[in-house]
Amino acid sequence: MKPHDAHKNGAKASRLTAPTGLSFVYGRFSEQLVPAIFLVALIIGLSLVSPNFLSVDNFLDIARVASIIGIMAVGMTIVVLTGGIDLSVGSTFALAAVVTAALIPSSFSDAPFALGLYLPVPLAILVGLAIGTLIGLVNGFVIAKSRVEPFIVTLATMAFVRGLTYLFTGGFPTIFRPIPPEFAWVGQGDVLGLPTPTIFFVLVIIMGIWITRRTTFGRSVYAIGGNEEASHLSGIKVQWIKIQAYGLMGALAALSGIILSSRMAAAQPTAGLTYELDVIAGVVIGGTSLLGGRGSIMSTVVGVFILGVISNGLNIAGVPTYYQYVIKGLLVIFAVGLDTHLRKKQRR
Amino acid sequence: MLEMRDIEKTFPGVKALRGVTLSVGKGEVHALLGENGAGKSTLMKILAGAQGKDGGIIRIDGNEVDIKGPLHARELGIAIIYQELSILSHLSVAENIFLGCLPRVARVPWLVDWKSCYQRASELLTQVGLDIDPRTPASRLKVADRQLVEIAKAVSGKAKIVVMDEPTTSLTQREVETLFKTARLLQSRGVSIIYVSHRLVEVKEICDRATVLRDGLKIATVEVADTTSKDWVKMMVGRDLDQLFPKATAKRGREALRVDNIKSRKLKNVSFCAFEGEILGIAGLVGSGRSTLARTIFGAENGVTGTIAILGTKVAIRTPLDAIKQGIALVPEDRRIQGLVLPMTVRENITLANLRGISRAGNLNLRRESKVADDYVGALHIATPHINQTTVNLSGGNQQKVVLAKWLYSDAKILIIDEPTRGIDVGAKTEIYELLQQLVEQGKTIIMISSELPELIGMSDRIIVMHEGSITGELTRDQFSEEAIMSHASAVTQ
Repeated sequence: MKPHDAHKNGAKASRLTAPTGLSFVYGRFSEQLVPAIFLVALIIGLSLVSPNFLSVDNFLDIARVASIIGIMAVGMTIVVLTGGIDLSVGSTFALAAVVTAALIPSSFSDAPFALGLYLPVPLAILVGLAIGTLIGLVNGFVIAKSRVEPFIVTLATMAFVRGLTYLFTGGFPTIFRPIPPEFAWVGQGDVLGLPTPTIFFVLVIIMGIWITRRTTFGRSVYAIGGNEEASHLSGIKVQWIKIQAYGLMGALAALSGIILSSRMAAAQPTAGLTYELDVIAGVVIGGTSLLGGRGSIMSTVVGVFILGVISNGLNIAGVPTYYQYVIKGLLVIFAVGLDTHLRKKQRR
Repeated sequence: MLEMRDIEKTFPGVKALRGVTLSVGKGEVHALLGENGAGKSTLMKILAGAQGKDGGIIRIDGNEVDIKGPLHARELGIAIIYQELSILSHLSVAENIFLGCLPRVARVPWLVDWKSCYQRASELLTQVGLDIDPRTPASRLKVADRQLVEIAKAVSGKAKIVVMDEPTTSLTQREVETLFKTARLLQSRGVSIIYVSHRLVEVKEICDRATVLRDGLKIATVEVADTTSKDWVKMMVGRDLDQLFPKATAKRGREALRVDNIKSRKLKNVSFCAFEGEILGIAGLVGSGRSTLARTIFGAENGVTGTIAILGTKVAIRTPLDAIKQGIALVPEDRRIQGLVLPMTVRENITLANLRGISRAGNLNLRRESKVADDYVGALHIATPHINQTTVNLSGGNQQKVVLAKWLYSDAKILIIDEPTRGIDVGAKTEIYELLQQLVEQGKTIIMISSELPELIGMSDRIIVMHEGSITGELTRDQFSEEAIMSHASAVTQ
């Protein structure tokens, strides 16, 4: 084919395949089809096995449980798309929760030292979010400037922040006597019949899709993950983009922590332990590549729901929790293996 | 000795080999000729077991063989000296020579017999005319000496067939002579040599027969003694040379770029200028600092002193972003590693250096972006099924056009192009040259770095030559010749 002819066809085809509709939301479709089909098959399978599974109440329950991990997974997707990873999300989750809880009037803890400072609920939540953002920005700053592996940097932050959380609480939970209604709404309320955590999750998903698909920041995230050197040589501020990505991750981890502490009506210093595993598993099972540059928010949502549906289904079926870890581990290995296989195939 | 028959190989987006046949006799030096992208390297990689073939058969000494991998090829007596050297610089010379097959102590085969290792390495080094201690770390060797170590490595494996892929690209005249002496020695021992080179003079000197490839097809196998290099060029290019380079001198405008006293670890006081409407060629051997100079002007190197002025105004360029804002673009040497984000689409790559152009307050306008991408795909004749094709799947020529489109959309006035046509097939090459010509006619400045002398001579208005980090010569069009460039590049005149 002569190049000129190719162009004629090319121009026509490109208008037909402009990035709109489903592929706009979902990214490159074919690659991420496998997890989506798997989720559908899972739902059909479980409905056949257990009649209790297929009910509105059960689905709302799955959505509410998945929201806590899902909110963080959206942030993690963006971090992973840059080619990074954040292991400190569980610790950030806990610190933001205990600080916010301590600032809320009527909160109580056996902590050796109390802040003795109470703020209106919205302000207390903002402080929690700010702490999360700050931890994220520090992660990003160290990763961007020192060029140490994100895995190591955030592993260190994970320990450091968890330590701060224990120091701050003395190991005691923070409880409320009683919980203020505004704060209770954050995790226990509902809007139009949907639980508030789910509403937050949906809002975060929409924000995530908008960021990744519609902003120069999101475009830069994909570019850096796809080829950092070429991105730098194309004038993209690689370091700054990374710092922002981890900052956003920190904010979302904090949000998630605050929501859970409201839902539990208590902030535990041990909250969020091993959550990094669930969050990363959701991202990877959805089909976002740990090598960066490929994946999407919607595929992560699918991944998070796969995990949620499995754990819900196993609970209904009365399978002990321990098996769930085994299954989760197998799924992650399978997802990563599949991704590596697909990449190799494409390179050839 | 060796017969490769009807070899086929397809890469995504390009058919690299279409039924190529090559036969080499015992003790023969056989030249493999062809433009970049003709399929020479692919054919040799298949022989070396570095890549699988899609079809065809290979026979060695009349026996059909199925080469499973690099190690297997080595066992079969095939040794290859790649264009990009495969010396590991943190290991010693001896370790490099015996990499993967270090001599073992006879009774305890998991221990390395260092004594015999160094002794045999010494002998091999003497054979190839390199007088160094085999314990020397390879990092201390000059490029030319590394080449000789490669040859020693090839010979160590009792090779029956040695492939030399562009062995002289980075050698001086004297070093080339040593290489030839070694080659003749091998030949006299019955070793067959496949000699891949662009330097037709060398082919004339050392080769017995030549096979010419073009666009993945075998054009002919000829006796070197019965033909002239002109015949070969015609077969390689498929047309006469002046048709290949659409050169017309454009009107020279203002002084677009002036570089004064640039110094860094690899550059020694480099000063030069380039004008609007000019293609300035930069020649030099690999490692002479050409690419470093390009990256330095583009703000991609650290620890640099000196000044850069654009249109007579001094500018501070510390990062690529600064350079882009000043209208400078860099089309890098390795487009797959430095030029493109391969998993991204044609559309996303074209707009990457100018996201501002398709966004408002950080929000992308995807409709506008598609329009921009469509326009450039059309203007540059980029052969892609649609703008949302990922660039991994494009051929080399089309990938290069995408990189060029990216810089045209970022409105670059000064384009620094490092190896503009490396790995690109002949047809696309001419298109790239035509594009460069159009750009200078629009008053843009092009700085073209190239290892291919015909390209430099064919397209440049002026050529500066570099050697070990400094500029050793400047030639105007009437002074252009391969000899003149090479003598400056190897600093013979100094």
